[in-house]
Amino acid sequence: MTLADTLQTSFKTVVSYRVRSLLIILAMALGVAAVVVLTALGDGARQYVINQFSSIGTNLLVVLPGRAETSGSFLGAVLGQTPRDLTLKDAQLLGRLPQVRRYAPLNVGAAELSGANRLREVTVLGSNADLIPIRHMKLAQGGFLAHGTERNAQIVLGAKIANEFFPRSQAIGQRVRLGDSRFIVSGVLAAQGESMGFNTDEIVIIPIDYAQAMFNTTSLFRILIEAKSHNVIEPAKQAILAALKQSHDGEEDITVITQDVILSTFDRILHTMTLAVAGIAAISLIVAGILVMNVMLVAVNQRTAEIGLLKAIGATSRDIRRLFFAEAVWLSFAGAILGFLLGQSGSLMLRLAYPQLPAWAPAWASIAGILVALITGVLACLWPASQAARLDAVKALSKR
Amino acid sequence: MIHLSAITRTFHMGDQVVHALSDINLHIASGEYVSIMGPSGSGKSTLLNIIGLLDRPDSGRYELDDRLITDLPETEQAQIRREKIGFVFQSFHLIPRLTAAENIELPLVLSGIPPEQRQIRVNEALQAFELKQRASHRPAELSGGQRQRVAIARATIMRPSVILADEPTGNLDHQIGAEVMALLENLHHGGTTLIVVTHDRELGARAHRQIAMRDGKILTDQTDDAG
Repeated sequence: MTLADTLQTSFKTVVSYRVRSLLIILAMALGVAAVVVLTALGDGARQYVINQFSSIGTNLLVVLPGRAETSGSFLGAVLGQTPRDLTLKDAQLLGRLPQVRRYAPLNVGAAELSGANRLREVTVLGSNADLIPIRHMKLAQGGFLAHGTERNAQIVLGAKIANEFFPRSQAIGQRVRLGDSRFIVSGVLAAQGESMGFNTDEIVIIPIDYAQAMFNTTSLFRILIEAKSHNVIEPAKQAILAALKQSHDGEEDITVITQDVILSTFDRILHTMTLAVAGIAAISLIVAGILVMNVMLVAVNQRTAEIGLLKAIGATSRDIRRLFFAEAVWLSFAGAILGFLLGQSGSLMLRLAYPQLPAWAPAWASIAGILVALITGVLACLWPASQAARLDAVKALSKR
Repeated sequence: MIHLSAITRTFHMGDQVVHALSDINLHIASGEYVSIMGPSGSGKSTLLNIIGLLDRPDSGRYELDDRLITDLPETEQAQIRREKIGFVFQSFHLIPRLTAAENIELPLVLSGIPPEQRQIRVNEALQAFELKQRASHRPAELSGGQRQRVAIARATIMRPSVILADEPTGNLDHQIGAEVMALLENLHHGGTTLIVVTHDRELGARAHRQIAMRDGKILTDQTDDAG
């Protein structure tokens, strides 16, 4: 029997047992669809986190005081030394490094904002004009603390704050009081909503030295650095460590976090999660495979007389095995394709329902889902097919 | 062409041993018309199954066309069944989901004959067995006589040298049965060896050579001089 005839004959069989075939195909399809949709969800979550991170800034390095690593030397502890603070001088030093495009020192605090007969507690960021491009923030109107003139008593309001204090009038140029100091509103941030758990709509930004004076400190909370390109992130990190070690009397007492490290950690976690979810979905495929096995065994039983007849008119055991085998392949194949389409439309619906979630099933998941469906379908048929091939023709024919 | 010597076949039914065939020696020449008669359990169907290579004897030699068949591997036996032997069964054994034409076509498909040639041969067979109008009907839509005609068309589509018929009229009324027998005898006139198993004496008497069996043994073996 030729391969084409085997495929055609078994295809006809699949079509003639319409309800039975549809049910198996549906079971297979749901398994594949589950793999596709769940991996789309997992990978979408991963992409979402990556997008969130790159919305904070690109080629970003964060310098923070203190050493996050355990070291063998406890000399510092013996001498009663604490890690040195990061200072504005440190920040300016880093700004001159060749790998650094721009830097923004950062202090965070809380203060009372008043003006236009209103009053509220706000989170205060002290920084310079480069904070905006580094953190990928946008201004709705006005300007930010102009370059090099950080001493100006200017303030930038978050979108929600501006709206609350000056709902009907232009915020730019208005006078406000923050703590004990007076400021002129120079700009309003565009509404961005929450990003990494930090709502930029409810902050105000003032020049760094005003912030330091207000919070009575000379140290910095963070220094944000933007490297010149992706390739120099690691050299920049080394240069920052070296420069600050030198200025801190040979003590390596700062930590530099690159965005890459955080990103790749999240990437790894979410990737593993996607794999786990895909694995769980794959179990449903194996269940579908067992269903195929069951149905094929029933088919062998139902068609005993037919198998006997095929043997009587000259079918070899191989022909019969291949006929049943091809039938299972058709069923799994149809199930896999239908499942793939179902999964893709499911992902599409996810994307429509949650536009910020890029729920695209990764190619590996779709391919793996289809392959697992085919393989389980085919494996599930090995036993029933060999049962059919082994049937005794005389007994098979006498059964009616 | 068919040469059986010292063929035995036993079945185990629980702890009972049934001697379906014991020490059968039989020679059937090419072109003969043989009927095998006997009560049920006499071993006539087992004999037919062994001749048709559906069953293997426990001991003895079977030669078909001077070729020792008994020890051939399964695939080669299947090929001989395909090319030399045509079966006709009491219960027709048509595949219910295939049309009459597709049922007739099956042996050609199994032999790997290309579709264009299959088409021609199936059309010839449909013509010869007056099934042209019924070609695309499924077995359930056919009368008993038509079904058996489809089965005979299927049995002969490969132009076998032997037709083995096991109670071919058992499920048909008298008149239709006679028509079917006429068809089979027509094939015999064309040179095909015809072996019919039946317990119907009248039917068996139509053959030129009548073999009577009982308890797995050949009781009598008569040849009509007229044949």
